[in-house]
Amino acid sequence: MIVQALAFYLFSAIMVASAVMVIASRNPVHSVVFLITAFFNAAGLLLLIGAEFVAMILIIVYIGAVAVLFLFVVMMLDVDFGQLRKGASQYLPLGGAVGLVLLAELLLVLGGWVVAPSAGTLALAPTPAVEQMSNTVALGHVLYTHYFYVFQASGVVLLIAMIGAIVLTLRERQGVRRQRIEGQVSRRRDEVVAVTKVRVGEGV
Amino acid sequence: MNAPFPALSPALPEIFLVLCGFALLLYGVFRGDRSTRSVGYLAVLALVITARLVIGGADGRAVTFEGLYVVDSFARFMKVLVLLGSAFSILIARGYLERENMKRPEFAVLIVLATFGMLMMISANDLISLYVGLETQSLALYVVAAMRRDNAKSSEAGLKYFLLGALSSGMLLYGASLVYGFSGTTNFDGVARLLMQGNHPSVGLVAGLVFVAAGLAFKVSAVPFHMWTPDVYEGAPTPITAFFAVAPKVAAVALFVRVLVGPFGEMVGEWRQIIYFCSVASMLLGSFAAINQHNIKRLMAYSSIGHIGYALVGLAAGTEEGVRGVLIYMAIYVFMNVGAFAVILSMRQKGRMVEEIADLGGLSRRQPMLAAAMAVFMFSMAGIPPMAGFFGKLYVFLAAIQAQLYVLAVLGVLTSVVGAFYYLRIIKVMYFDQPAPAFDGPVEFEVSAVLTVTGLFTLLFFVFPSPILSAAARAAAALVAG
Repeated sequence: MIVQALAFYLFSAIMVASAVMVIASRNPVHSVVFLITAFFNAAGLLLLIGAEFVAMILIIVYIGAVAVLFLFVVMMLDVDFGQLRKGASQYLPLGGAVGLVLLAELLLVLGGWVVAPSAGTLALAPTPAVEQMSNTVALGHVLYTHYFYVFQASGVVLLIAMIGAIVLTLRERQGVRRQRIEGQVSRRRDEVVAVTKVRVGEGV
Repeated sequence: MNAPFPALSPALPEIFLVLCGFALLLYGVFRGDRSTRSVGYLAVLALVITARLVIGGADGRAVTFEGLYVVDSFARFMKVLVLLGSAFSILIARGYLERENMKRPEFAVLIVLATFGMLMMISANDLISLYVGLETQSLALYVVAAMRRDNAKSSEAGLKYFLLGALSSGMLLYGASLVYGFSGTTNFDGVARLLMQGNHPSVGLVAGLVFVAAGLAFKVSAVPFHMWTPDVYEGAPTPITAFFAVAPKVAAVALFVRVLVGPFGEMVGEWRQIIYFCSVASMLLGSFAAINQHNIKRLMAYSSIGHIGYALVGLAAGTEEGVRGVLIYMAIYVFMNVGAFAVILSMRQKGRMVEEIADLGGLSRRQPMLAAAMAVFMFSMAGIPPMAGFFGKLYVFLAAIQAQLYVLAVLGVLTSVVGAFYYLRIIKVMYFDQPAPAFDGPVEFEVSAVLTVTGLFTLLFFVFPSPILSAAARAAAALVAG
């Protein structure tokens, strides 16, 4: 128990600290790196509550894809973050007040949280105990059976996204020099190399 | 845990359509831009065959895919409308794509895939399938809106549509998560059962319902969630605007009706206030904001906001008659809107599209048939008997009166009088104003065929109304009873 508590405080402290650093650091690349640290610690927290599937997805999707994409964007686009952050202190009181109100509201809502008594029975697949079945296995059981339909349809959504990306970005440019592999392979020495005798002092 | 393989036959139309979409995509990619025309025709054929499959499906209600998918008379009615709207849109787009240097086979493929998403939406019986269907549709729509990349307005339309669409999806998802949290199920039948047991709906469930309704109101562009409509309609290429005005609207209205009347039918007291407000606000804005428009596509955008307001009158009634009114209204709406956009697509001078109302000046002397067709659609939209539009309005107002929503019905009639002003102004411009420069060449074969079909439907609806009326009545009965 004490190990878990220690791990919880370790993960959450590092996460909060790196989240603060994401917005506080001057260098945008450092911000993204701190964001990745925050994601890793969030994954650790999820592991602690036994949601190992979400933890792994967080690492694979958010760190493996999203954060790396951010990194590329930050490095490739020349955004002046100092300029963007200029008015931050000006808006701090208002933003802070809104944040506090939201926090208070969240506490109120979560304090009065009641789960409907029939919620457990209505659920399509009641959550089995962690000892019997791990999260990933449980998801695997319903994803390809109960949710076969939406699983397939999600594939169509991804296909549309792919078509869309190609339709909106692919341009056929005129006069582009392309690599012609067959041309390269079929070149022969005597077609392209000419041996000439160059006399001294005259040049070719 | 070995689940039995789900029954596929109820979902045959969807499966057929999506496979056709894949096949057309492959064909289009291999043949390149030359295949735009043949892909378009094949897509229309696929949509027509799908409609045939929808009509030919077994009668009654069928649920499959573990309760995620439902098909009943209501779904069949709406699906046929959506498929017709999509097929018409692809047909009238052909000439435009070739003239405006937009020859890309992906256009028809994306419309087919968007239509697949709409069929999924109409047949959704679960919040998850609802959302996935909605996203399938929306994603394809964002892309086609921005398809003219070299045109700043089209890109703006696509981006605006995407951002606001993402916002509305967020609201819908938030509502769906609240509904799931407070009812313990995402399935519509499950939610209905929970409410049927006489449990007083919890505040959380009501809040979830409000967010879901707001998300759906975005998709049907009901006031106060209409802001994107005029800009997107104006910026998107005209045949795509025609498509936006028809198929997604029908699908979103179908979804709206199914969600509210189906699982949340017991909570009619809660959601009626929302629909009441949206309906009144849409009718008012649709009629007053359109008066000052000069661009005909913007005018059509405000007109469609107003039409959604009238359709929601029927939904506010919440009764079987109300649902029937909505169905009839949407059926007529599809035909008159496709027709009006077919006329707008023929508005080009010296090889360039024109969109001002003044450009229609004196059309009756230059192209009397085109002017007559436009006059039929405008009279119908204004709700002047004996055009079809009058009957659409008649049935929704009748339902509102039967549900004792007298104020709503009276407001509806008053705003349609205001709306008649700008519809009749177009007719006045066409018949009595000084002629503007002539439009180019003859109207294409596809456009004139679509104009003939929609024009005759709008004009002669009062002679043979019974097929539509009885189909709508069956569909409404299936939804309200089921």
